[in-house]
Amino acid sequence: MILPEFKYLAPGSAEEAIGLLVQYGEKAKLMAGGTDLINYMKDGILAPEVIIGLKEIKGMDQIVYDEEKGLTIGALTKLIDIERSDVVKENYPALAEAVHLIASTQIRNKGTLTGNVCNASPSADSVSALFVYGASLTVKGPEGERVIPIGDFYQGFKKLALKPGEMVISITLPPVKENEKAAYLAHTVRKAMDLAIVGVAAKITLDENGVCTDAKIALGAVAISCVRTPQAESVLIGRKITPEIAEIAGREAMKDCKPISDVRASAEYRHDMVRVFTRRAVLAAADRF
Amino acid sequence: MSKRIISFVLNGDPTDAVIEDNMSLLDFIRDTLGLTGTKKGCEQGECGACTVMLDGRPINSCMAFAAEIEGHELTTIEGIAKGGQLSVVQKKFIEKWALQCGFCTPGMIMSATALLSVNPDPTEEEIRVAIEGNLCRCTGYAKIVEAIGEAAKAIREVQ
Ligand code: FES
Ligand code: FES
Repeated sequence: MILPEFKYLAPGSAEEAIGLLVQYGEKAKLMAGGTDLINYMKDGILAPEVIIGLKEIKGMDQIVYDEEKGLTIGALTKLIDIERSDVVKENYPALAEAVHLIASTQIRNKGTLTGNVCNASPSADSVSALFVYGASLTVKGPEGERVIPIGDFYQGFKKLALKPGEMVISITLPPVKENEKAAYLAHTVRKAMDLAIVGVAAKITLDENGVCTDAKIALGAVAISCVRTPQAESVLIGRKITPEIAEIAGREAMKDCKPISDVRASAEYRHDMVRVFTRRAVLAAADRF
Repeated sequence: MSKRIISFVLNGDPTDAVIEDNMSLLDFIRDTLGLTGTKKGCEQGECGACTVMLDGRPINSCMAFAAEIEGHELTTIEGIAKGGQLSVVQKKFIEKWALQCGFCTPGMIMSATALLSVNPDPTEEEIRVAIEGNLCRCTGYAKIVEAIGEAAKAIREVQ
């Protein structure tokens, strides 16, 4: 397959990359693993004149965990290294589960979490997990660094809150307390190389009596970007988690999404699966206590 | 056209080659290096026929640019046999009849070899995950999974 012509540049630092991004503007695309970008180029959806390959930037592929600050994942950390990381598996299991479901072993050995987030596919498995863990993105641009909560990052279909010249440097997840547990479940036809029909992440907080004091539920693949479902969350708060309550939350979640019909499923089916997978994700999170 | 010379390590040997920026790693391996053991199937990251190792990690070479390997180590299926001797994984594929037409085999061997390098004692589930991105249209996977499991056992016994 012939790729359109472009110039490949490999800056050695984030500053240099930002400089190139400012210089080339709209003509340039940033590339981490490239596993989405290269397909878009082959399909003729994107034809950047310049590709700024980030992989030679040193030190941006780390996973750092601190009990006070939480988890920081560098923008170039490969997906496979996240799912294999013991601190991630132990403290952020819903993220490990979501990442493990992405594409295939080969793709996860090249693709990055930041790339997955910036590709902004509504069905990106990892994004729902990041929503419920309350993640934020550290971005850097010509004017310095700033932090964007993941909930503010998507401003429409594939529209990111990045200003010209800005790039994501890392993703931070706040520490998870003892009384908080989360899970991610996706409905797919096969595990590998398949996009979720519906993906649901749920995080619940229980007090010493087992009463839910906080809930975060995020839905993937059923709106123009990943969305939280305040209606379902409010059902859980102040109650004990039972299969009946989880089912009611699932029904409420159906009201917070606008799925579409496509080759993988009809809108009606997706809608009903939001109910089923919200119930299951809530119960899976509760099961972790 | 942007042409350049890159230096990298090919199957253990330092190598220089001329590339164009818009060349996929897969086309570079097959057309420029002439190493046709790496197969071209879907060219979309779906089938795994093009699997190679970059710095020991299994990747789809159709989902990479040749320009990305500058300064890195590339291993293709041609680099798996050593001194004319097939690797244990290769031998077990033959012994267990884990191939029919053979088109998926180089990719399967690369994925299996990469798995065993980080996980010498994989469960069946871990073997299946390692080859989740490799499609086989003939053999039906059972024999392939078995061959990889046997190879892991044989390697552990030697060590
Ligand atoms: S040719 Fe690369 S995955 Fe199919
Ligand atoms: S042996 Fe024919 S595709 Fe696998």
